Amino acid sequence: MTLAELKRGQRGIIVDVSSIHIPLKLLEMGCLPGNMVELVQAAPFADPMYLNINGSHLAIRKETAIHIIIETVHE
Amino acid sequence: MSKQINVALIGNPNTGKTSVFNALTGLNQKVGNYPGITVEKKEGICKLPRGVKAHIIDLPGTYSLNASSLDENVVIELLLNKNDKDYPDVAVVVSDVENLKRNLLLFTQIKDLEIPTILAINMSDRMAYKGISLDIAYLEEELKTKIALISTRKNTGIDELKELITNYKDLSVKPCLQASEIEPTYFNDLRKAFPNQLLYKLWLVITQDVNFGKTDRQTFEAVEDFKTKSKADLKRLQQKETIKRYQFINETLKAGQTIDLKSAKDLRIKLDRILTHKVWGYVIFAFILLLIFQAIYDWSSVPMDFIDSSFASLSEWVKDTLPEGAFTNLLAEGIISGLGGIVIFIPQIAFLFLFISILEESGYMSRVVFLMDRVMRRFGLSGKSVVPLISGTACAIPAIMAARNIESWKERLITILVTPFTTCSARLPVYLIIIALVIPEGRILGLSYQALTLMLLYLIGFGAAVGSAWILNKVLKIKSKSFFVVEMPNYKMPLVKNVALTVLEKTKAFVFGAGKIILAISIVLWFLASYGPGEDFNNAENIVSEQVASENLTEDELHQRIESHKLEHSFIGIAGHAIEPAIRPLGYDWKIGIAIVSSFAAREVFVGTLATIYSVGSDEEETIKNRMAGEVNPILGGPLFNFASGISLLLFYAFAMQCMSTLAIVKRETNTWKWPILQLVIMSTFAYIVALVAFQVLK
Repeated sequence: MTLAELKRGQRGIIVDVSSIHIPLKLLEMGCLPGNMVELVQAAPFADPMYLNINGSHLAIRKETAIHIIIETVHE
Repeated sequence: MSKQINVALIGNPNTGKTSVFNALTGLNQKVGNYPGITVEKKEGICKLPRGVKAHIIDLPGTYSLNASSLDENVVIELLLNKNDKDYPDVAVVVSDVENLKRNLLLFTQIKDLEIPTILAINMSDRMAYKGISLDIAYLEEELKTKIALISTRKNTGIDELKELITNYKDLSVKPCLQASEIEPTYFNDLRKAFPNQLLYKLWLVITQDVNFGKTDRQTFEAVEDFKTKSKADLKRLQQKETIKRYQFINETLKAGQTIDLKSAKDLRIKLDRILTHKVWGYVIFAFILLLIFQAIYDWSSVPMDFIDSSFASLSEWVKDTLPEGAFTNLLAEGIISGLGGIVIFIPQIAFLFLFISILEESGYMSRVVFLMDRVMRRFGLSGKSVVPLISGTACAIPAIMAARNIESWKERLITILVTPFTTCSARLPVYLIIIALVIPEGRILGLSYQALTLMLLYLIGFGAAVGSAWILNKVLKIKSKSFFVVEMPNYKMPLVKNVALTVLEKTKAFVFGAGKIILAISIVLWFLASYGPGEDFNNAENIVSEQVASENLTEDELHQRIESHKLEHSFIGIAGHAIEPAIRPLGYDWKIGIAIVSSFAAREVFVGTLATIYSVGSDEEETIKNRMAGEVNPILGGPLFNFASGISLLLFYAFAMQCMSTLAIVKRETNTWKWPILQLVIMSTFAYIVALVAFQVLK
């Protein structure tokens, strides 16, 4: 599934990022394969998304999130 | 005499880098611009142990050495240019103890440049709260650096940091990892082609976006022949490089940092649950805005009245004390009146900057960006446009510069174009004095009518900005890749020292920047109002005396008539009468016309201009407001500043593009005169039409 489908409070592990669509800046902030991601808060219509990626708190738009493939973590 | 040590403070945004800078330099700092660009340059002097001095430069915040904005590019240009006079002897990387992982990415990049580097871990007072403990000795070993654990909030560790800076020669200049291992053949070839250059430096020059600046052009051009990789390949390599760096950082922190999640408390989650809530988030934001405007209006009225009357007395005192003559008149009527017109707004501008800096410092501004992004996108703007639009209420110039962190060019351009609609502090003087003249006192639900009018004008400004953005979004055919990344920093109690310094520095910049223009214009206007060509001006006494010979006037009345006859036939009077036909339908007389024309230099000149024009020839000690209230409409009779002409003026100032400095900044930021000229023409025409309709309907 993609990051855009993550629900609030759910966690996932980043599996793949499509480097053509993802700005380098986002990678540098920790959005890399293997890192943990959690949806902290979503704005109305789930866009933008307020995430905790690898301990970094940041917000991205849904249109970016669909290019990040994740696997959900069941706790 | 030992030479000064050059120190560069580098770090991610929101790490408290500026607090560290303030702690090191105190008031010993100055703010300027980098030559040729509008990026703010902060530097200061710091006294170190044993009589050594350091020249500290606070570089713009950046997440990495791969620049994606003009501000970030400043960091790279400096670090790549050994001949720059500011090239650091030692770099201090400021990081936040809670975001060490991400902060270390930049640190490892700086280390690759082989500059002596100190790691300053800030906010160490939060470690116990967050359950973080660090093995400093291990980290120093692995990262090949010296670490200073500091807290600018508790004022600890600063002396240790100074000690480390003094002994910078003991620092290792070895990189902490071998980034070139990601593609050995490519980097070996690169090394062979340029044996005398630092490998990482070459790599940075190859991968930087050339649009930004002149980063070592020569090297770059030489490298062009060598370059065998496509842009996409380079980006893939950069991604590999980033992964490699994070691998190193993760391993280092696994052993050097322990986080006990059980003892960690998190205020962020609780606050964000409310402040970024789908409903409450917006309600709270609206409430905060309302509070700010009410506060600006109510709190600053006392010091403003005091300043107004002080300047009136000062002008009177000068006239009474100094010998009569042209110089005394120039001083009393031109210079003091003009300066009074600017000094009076210091309280309000200070309050405005106070609130904006608290919103930024506390971390709340990023929440607003998050909340507003989707709404703003409908109008072709970005959530990040909220920052320029809100700081535009202070001044459009820094606001337009703040649009630089908007990643998409189209969203950024639209933001730049519409920001001048927001009610900047220079409009405030005009609004306040006209509101005081034409809006009745009284309250509804505890809010004064006058404050509500002001609030309405701010809303009109935002409305005009957003509405024109919507139109521009439809009209402009610019394809640009849009992406949006915004950091959500921790909530922080704003540091009094930081806020105070920001307010002080911004207010000073406003007063001196605007003060110079206003002073010059006041003097010119005074001359134009005090001298005139031909018989009508130079022989005014005789002409008026003859005209009114039969009216039996007192000496005072006669004097008044003579002065107003002189003013009408002075240079400025002639010019004013020439433009009068254009502004009469708006309800203004020629004096207001002159004030409007001179406002095209800067809006706040309006009040000063009227003050100068009215005080020429007036003997009594009067405040600017009283003088304006006493003016009579020469054609319609009744007060010149009545409800209809007042509203018309307010609307004209709300929409017109009257600020040369803003136009100059727009030209610099967009690199063409096309946009500022369009702004000037379209905004001012629109302002004229709206003001015309308003007066004709209301009169």
